[in-house]
Amino acid sequence: MIEAPTPLLAVNALQAWYGESHILHDVNFDVREGEVATLLGRNGAGKTTTLKSIMGIVGRRTGSVRFEGQELINRPSDQIARAGIAFCPEERGIFASLGVEENLLLPPVVRPGGLSLERIFELFPNLKERLGSSQGTKLSGGEQQMLAIGRILRTGARLLLLDEPTEGLAPVIIQQIGKTIRALKEQGFTILLVEQNFRFAATVADRYYVIEHGRIIDQFVNAELEANVEKLHDYLGV
Amino acid sequence: MFEILGIPSSALFGQLLIGLINGSFYALLSLGLAVIFGMLNIINFSHGAQYMLGAFAAYLLLQYSGLGYWPALVIAPLLVGATGVIVERLFLQWLYKLDHLYGLLLTFGLALIIEGVARNYFGSAGLPYIVPESLQGGRNLGFMFLPNYRAWVIVASLTICISTWFVIERTRLGAYLRAATENPTLVRAFGINVPRMITLTYGFGVALAAFAGVMAAPIYNVSPQMGSELIIVVFAVVVIGGMGSILGAIVTGFGLGVIEGMTKVFFPEASNTVIFVIMAIVLLVRPAGLFGRRG
Repeated sequence: MIEAPTPLLAVNALQAWYGESHILHDVNFDVREGEVATLLGRNGAGKTTTLKSIMGIVGRRTGSVRFEGQELINRPSDQIARAGIAFCPEERGIFASLGVEENLLLPPVVRPGGLSLERIFELFPNLKERLGSSQGTKLSGGEQQMLAIGRILRTGARLLLLDEPTEGLAPVIIQQIGKTIRALKEQGFTILLVEQNFRFAATVADRYYVIEHGRIIDQFVNAELEANVEKLHDYLGV
Repeated sequence: MFEILGIPSSALFGQLLIGLINGSFYALLSLGLAVIFGMLNIINFSHGAQYMLGAFAAYLLLQYSGLGYWPALVIAPLLVGATGVIVERLFLQWLYKLDHLYGLLLTFGLALIIEGVARNYFGSAGLPYIVPESLQGGRNLGFMFLPNYRAWVIVASLTICISTWFVIERTRLGAYLRAATENPTLVRAFGINVPRMITLTYGFGVALAAFAGVMAAPIYNVSPQMGSELIIVVFAVVVIGGMGSILGAIVTGFGLGVIEGMTKVFFPEASNTVIFVIMAIVLLVRPAGLFGRRG
């Protein structure tokens, strides 16, 4: 495998605070172009905060977040999105006052190269059927998750931050989400995935980072997964 | 001439017309309040003063630049809207995370200052503003006489209200506004400059008030207290319609104008209080307002 000289996303010495509480202490990791990287960790380890810090939506953050070589740490979140990073939040963030189609078309296109609507409907056929629904939040949990992922594929963003996309979903839907992530990777998207569900992560990820108490404490690639399963169970407490 | 329920038709339709005129202003002003509250979470107590500023801007444009009603109808809202943008950047932007009370107090104080300054320079007697030549006169509809200017006010107000509703409920820009009302952080993380959108929304709401002020100038005269007299009723309208509901503001504005007019015909003693009685009943039965969403 030939690796790009600089990673697509380079996070260095990232620290973040919510009010007085210091959540991220020293987070360092890279995501390479075209790969699916996973942040694993227990509840409260700092996974979601790491994604939010990259996106610029936590209270205060320091350190360095470089995307395509550009420093983003001091940029407001709208500019970070315009640089080509898209975020799918854990709570999905479907808007109740918007219909399904309006939700899908909400994120503006930030650069060319996003998926067409037809392509999105190929990935998520259910969405096409529910397009006329007047309230995005009337969809089932699985459909809302598909909508939350589908809407950020249009924007042309190259890096997708997915926060626990399988949380609370039925196994058959989790499988569909896994299939989608692999399809997106084939189309050249780079994905940073936050997961508690290690079994799911193992079906899609190329690289694993383990986060604990706001620090990256371990990392390995997919080929080393077998050798690290014991350790992982220990980290995640499963 | 014929009678309806023992009332001469001309009196009935005359009051209906007055009701629709008042309703036009209630609707325009409560619409602006609803737009501002929805997006900024600010109860804009200076709305009446900004309406008055619109009327004064029209008056001053005529006095000092010779610009008549039609240019004023465009320029006055732009000027007053621009002052709104400045107010938002200087003051309001610091209040969004605080309780509603702070925004209410700040805008109330602002209203007192604006009114005080206006009274200082212009006194409290009303200044006349003539109906533009193209809208003078009227037509006899058979059952009543309809002054052209009043017909224009109703049509213009309806047009602005429906256009605003359309933009907010049916367009991409409106989807951004509605989404940002729900979750501004996420909308911003999609790449939309939400703070700028909020500033412009306030400017737009204030411009709506100024537009109403220009339209009111030929009907009610131009005076420093014209806004504070009206705004109390408008807040009752907003409470009845449901704070932040666009459609609620429009329907309730016109509806209450008509109800008030009809009360003048059938039970004149109650005409000044009917809106407040309705407000009290609505607050008891549906605290979120007729069109308001709970929570």
